[in-house]
Amino acid sequence: MADIVIDNVTKSFGSFVALERVDLRVADGEFLALLGPSGCGKTTLLRIIAGLETQSSGRVQIGGRDVSGLPPRKRGLAMVFQNYAVFPHMTVRQNVGFGLRMAGADAVRIERQVARAAALLHIEPNLDRYPAQLSGGQRQRVAVARALAIEPAVLLMDEPLSNLDALLRLEMRAELKSVLREAGTTTIYVTHDQTEAMGLADRIAVLHAGRIQQVGPPADVYTSPATTFVGGFVGSPPMNFLTLPVENERVRLGALTFASPAGCEGRIVLGVRPEDLEPTVAVEGFPFTLRVAEPLGSHIMLTGETVGQQLRVVVPPETPVRVGAAMHLRPRHGRIVWMDPTSGAAVGRDLSKAAGKLGTEAASN
Amino acid sequence: MTLRRAVFITGIVVLCAWTLVPIYLIALGAVGGRTVVNSWPKLFLPPADLSLATIRDFLDIAGVWSSALYSVEAAVLCMAFSILLGVPAGYALARFAFTGATAYRLLVLLTRAFPVAILALPLTVGFIRLGLYDTPLGVSLMHTALALPFAVLVSASLFQAIPRELEEAAWVFGCSPVGGFLRVVLPLALPGIAATAIFAFVISWNEVFAASVLTVRHKTLTAYLLSVLSESPPHVQFAGGFVLIIPSVLFIFLVRKRLFSMWGIANR
Repeated sequence: MADIVIDNVTKSFGSFVALERVDLRVADGEFLALLGPSGCGKTTLLRIIAGLETQSSGRVQIGGRDVSGLPPRKRGLAMVFQNYAVFPHMTVRQNVGFGLRMAGADAVRIERQVARAAALLHIEPNLDRYPAQLSGGQRQRVAVARALAIEPAVLLMDEPLSNLDALLRLEMRAELKSVLREAGTTTIYVTHDQTEAMGLADRIAVLHAGRIQQVGPPADVYTSPATTFVGGFVGSPPMNFLTLPVENERVRLGALTFASPAGCEGRIVLGVRPEDLEPTVAVEGFPFTLRVAEPLGSHIMLTGETVGQQLRVVVPPETPVRVGAAMHLRPRHGRIVWMDPTSGAAVGRDLSKAAGKLGTEAASN
Repeated sequence: MTLRRAVFITGIVVLCAWTLVPIYLIALGAVGGRTVVNSWPKLFLPPADLSLATIRDFLDIAGVWSSALYSVEAAVLCMAFSILLGVPAGYALARFAFTGATAYRLLVLLTRAFPVAILALPLTVGFIRLGLYDTPLGVSLMHTALALPFAVLVSASLFQAIPRELEEAAWVFGCSPVGGFLRVVLPLALPGIAATAIFAFVISWNEVFAASVLTVRHKTLTAYLLSVLSESPPHVQFAGGFVLIIPSVLFIFLVRKRLFSMWGIANR
């Protein structure tokens, strides 16, 4: 078991900067998801931790040991690759036991640990088959079993579920979570799928354009994003952003008045999750013109606009909605965030709850 | 049957005939004896009195066996050099993005565009100085130069077809770069490398010009036949030709699937 410290790591390819001064700490036994769109540098960061890529500057520590200059085999970690990378010329048994054989483990120990890893991932019936005889999902299990068989201190996973079909992915996700919880391995999991990150991780690190935007527990990242990028990337549908004018330290939206965070002039961005808006009466909310209503079974998704800007709202399935009709909405208590319109960063993040309360008080006056 | 299909099949028939008819005629001449070779119009059906007598006669010609041995010696050496030099070069081309990789790739091919005839005299002089003249080793070096471009490009494409992640997985799970190559990459590339080796063998086995120029007494089979058979009766020439063809055809037949994938690379 080991913690991971990434200290000021920068990676550039020629003039392109893939990672810019990334600092990250992963606690022993923690499951951290590196989340971001493709090209944000998350895979590069993972490969730097693995030793498959060399950082341009900065250091990586695993379990208190500086591994920055060490080759992958000396870092004491295991990895699951996006395309599984199970060895096609070896049986499943040989694949799972590969790391142990390389480490010079004796036959009895290999046998025992291969059996345990195989049982954990339910691949015992396939142990004597070759990867070509297995389905994608089964190969994925082999790749995970191979990684767990060496009982690594650190497990790195690079989009391990992205090549599976939707149903299988859901199944494997739940299974992975329980397997890894049991193993208690420090895990870094790269993904571009925010539901995967939310569902699996203890903490999420959101990467964008080579920089870490926010690190925190899934609920925190979801409810109080540090930037408009995080708000827009995490959550489906994404967070709504309304750019509003600030007048006398007040922000007005329909019948609602919010106290603007201290020191804000001109314009400010109000962020609110689609499910944090609720229909209300005209005197308690702001007007919303409904354009499209999508009944999705568990909820209805409404798309429309308010003060000339697009807004998405998620309402319970029994809500009466009529396209074209004027509705009034208000945000739930403490569920709005304020963003700087130029930098996109959250302003007065800890004030947002108070501001929300103020707003509704003002509205009820 | 559509016109396209008709054209397609005709093309196949023509191509097959182009290759097979000469081989068939040579075989016929080799087993049919003097009468078949000299008869006109040509009989396409084998005559009743087939015999291996001519082939036996040919194999009894003094020097055939020893020159065959030189041929094998040169071809095996050529095969070994091509693999030992070509496979690492192919690996480098496949795995590392170095400046001038494309130019290098092209340059490797261009060596084939250089006519051996121009090189013959300087080579002979050089080989005499180095003591390589009239040795199978000398011939094999020349043949390696001919076979190497194929060995490099074919093994490059072999390695390219092996996902890099397999190698990286080997590193992560405890292999050094050399260990990863030996345990993961090489086993996967081995059938292709074997095909490349056989192809190098066949190139050397069939090559006649350089072999004739660079040897006097230790001639390879092709060079020896060229000098001896020009004075022999036609049916013995046919027998010689037939004996020469057999190993090449056999080997190429064995590795035919690999060679097809090799031509695929040529488009790259």
